[in-house]
Amino acid sequence: MSTFVGIFLYLTTLILVVGLIVRIRRYAVVPAPLKIPTTPAPTTTGGVVLRMAREVVLFESLFRANKWIWIFGWMFHAAMLLILLRHLRYFIEPVWTWVVLIQPFGKYAAFAMAIGLAGLWLRRILVERIRYITGPSDHLMLALLAGITLTGMAMSFAVATDIVSLKTFVLGLLRLELHPIPSDAILIVHLVLVGTLLVVFPFSKLLHAPGIFFSPTRNQVDDPRERRHITPWSTERLSGHRAGGAGD
Amino acid sequence: MAEFETPKLGEAPDTIPCLSIGSMAHSKPYKAAAEHQEKLGFPGELVENWQEKAIDKFGELLGKYRGLQVYMDACVKCGACTDKCHYFLGTGDPKNMPVARQDLMRKVYRRYFTTAGKWLPWLVGAEDFTEDVLEDWYSYFHQCSQCRRCSVYCPYGIDTAEISMAGREIMDHIGVGQKYSNEIIGKVHDIGNNLGLPANALRATLEDLEEDLEEETGVEIRLPLDEKGADVLLVTPSADFFAEPHVDGLLGYAKVFHQAGTSWTLSTHASEAANFAIFTGSYDQMKQIAERIRKAAEDLGVKRIVVGECGHAWRVAYNFWNTLIGPFDFLDQNYPIPQHICEFTHDLIIQDKLTLDPSKNDHMTLTFHDSCNVARASRMGENPGGQFTYPREIIKAVCNNFVDMAAETIHENTFCCGGGGGLLTDDLVELRVKGAKPRMEAYRQVVEDHGVTNLAAICAICKTQFAKVMPYYGFEMDAIVSVHQLVSNAIVFEPEPEDDGDQGTGEDDHGGE
Repeated sequence: MSTFVGIFLYLTTLILVVGLIVRIRRYAVVPAPLKIPTTPAPTTTGGVVLRMAREVVLFESLFRANKWIWIFGWMFHAAMLLILLRHLRYFIEPVWTWVVLIQPFGKYAAFAMAIGLAGLWLRRILVERIRYITGPSDHLMLALLAGITLTGMAMSFAVATDIVSLKTFVLGLLRLELHPIPSDAILIVHLVLVGTLLVVFPFSKLLHAPGIFFSPTRNQVDDPRERRHITPWSTERLSGHRAGGAGD
Repeated sequence: MAEFETPKLGEAPDTIPCLSIGSMAHSKPYKAAAEHQEKLGFPGELVENWQEKAIDKFGELLGKYRGLQVYMDACVKCGACTDKCHYFLGTGDPKNMPVARQDLMRKVYRRYFTTAGKWLPWLVGAEDFTEDVLEDWYSYFHQCSQCRRCSVYCPYGIDTAEISMAGREIMDHIGVGQKYSNEIIGKVHDIGNNLGLPANALRATLEDLEEDLEEETGVEIRLPLDEKGADVLLVTPSADFFAEPHVDGLLGYAKVFHQAGTSWTLSTHASEAANFAIFTGSYDQMKQIAERIRKAAEDLGVKRIVVGECGHAWRVAYNFWNTLIGPFDFLDQNYPIPQHICEFTHDLIIQDKLTLDPSKNDHMTLTFHDSCNVARASRMGENPGGQFTYPREIIKAVCNNFVDMAAETIHENTFCCGGGGGLLTDDLVELRVKGAKPRMEAYRQVVEDHGVTNLAAICAICKTQFAKVMPYYGFEMDAIVSVHQLVSNAIVFEPEPEDDGDQGTGEDDHGGE
């Protein structure tokens, strides 16, 4: 079992990393030939960094769009971040102080994550418009995340797993050593679901995470009159005499 | 044209309708004839291996436009955009929800360009590019006015305009073009403007207008054409030369230039600010059309370029010109390049260089319609949001009575007039009327609550659209006015020295500085 889980986690992590590198490289390589920021937009790079930060941290646009989606979506993401940070304790020894400090919050954040997921899922079922745009993969994604959350909560709050040997197993993986994994069905299911999520990530809508940083409507500076926006692609299209910027 | 029912007003502008599946599937603009297609280098009719050609073109665009590539991947179907499109709010057709409109393209993308869609199409909603899908593309990518309201609210900034542009570009390349836009683009190439107004007709029109101006003001106010050595080249939508209320705006520009003492000229070669290639997504066509303006500016030896009241033209000018036809090192670098006519007039008002009598507009109570391309795809002045303050400050300087519409319907939240994005054609009247509903609702509220009498705009398409659809909602067609029409009403010219009245009849060329 340890061998199976170990190899599974190596493989899924590899798919995640390679998949993401391929996608992100694609986003970086494809040019944005024209200036298309959604205005009003910042006129400086610093302003764009702030705009992006507000989008990523606060979900600013979503907040303006729909308070229900925002509250469930933000709750889910913020809780997940806290939970992921809490999980660092299984990967490092000795555990950093701040990871120790967030432990209780990270633990109970599971409830916020579950509520957020439930709210988003309910909207998919109950709101006619959102039901219309929801496909099987959208439900499956929520099921996957819910499964991870619920198995995690089960281990935190109901049937405690052998954390000490789990940590030995995880630290072992990091050093390419195989240690026995606790033979705990819930833990195995939890890890298999997480591995599945890693594989799905670079092939699904989860690409919204890297994608937002490459969205030209959000990441471009509003300065087209001051700075001539040139990409290799648009330059190539500029016929002859002015391609190199030769003026009078 | 099939009969249809004009939506009833009486609820909030953003009231969400029940889904009415397929209710607008019949709405399709006329297809471009072979001659209009071929003139632009597109196939005259649907090519035999269209599916293959379309997928090739799609793949090419995915490699050329980062926005398109990212937007195909990033949508999580959160639903934030579902109630943001005026066409959805006006029709209830779920394929007019931005995410569903995008999905018409995304399902083809998934099928041909993603691992998941190749292996598990049923799971991720991937579909073959069938004839039915193509019909949906033609119908619903021509029910997007590319207003970008959805992109304001999308947590990833997904811009449906980029997607409908790509969709139309792909369809053009397999021989399925839209008559309205492609025919017009052909006219610009041939004659220099969307209307196909030849140089001598334009000259005659301007001369008539000069006579009208002199009769009205008693001052010889000119509408110069092709005058070499003028300081300013004014490029304005050709609708400004004859359509109502556009032409009243043109007279306003002329009066402003005259009172400022700025020498200016129009051009026959570039007698059009509009650039419909932005609607069809053709970068090459857009560049070719824009080139005419650069050439006119160089030939006439002007120092500045000012753009008249036109929404998408200002987007192209402000955001794209520098890339497409820059660098503008032959122009005077002390002025914005290009400059919006509202920036020009606003500066003069700030410097107190215009003599204005706002009481001349006392018979009206105004509200202002932010045009999408100005609001969400450009700027005026130095600061973000100048595109909202400049026109309003101009209106307030020339009118005593101004009221804004509801906050969720103005500025970057503005609702499209319903006729933008290459949809301003009679074969889409039903769509245009229904799409205007949210804006008409917001207008009705200020009419009832504040006695508003007129709607001012700075976009030729908005003006034409409102003149057409406002009567459907029980408003007068001339309720829509140009912002520079208001300036025109309020601007006061010094009477001739020997005259006493304020309606002078002299012939002096009031030169200014």
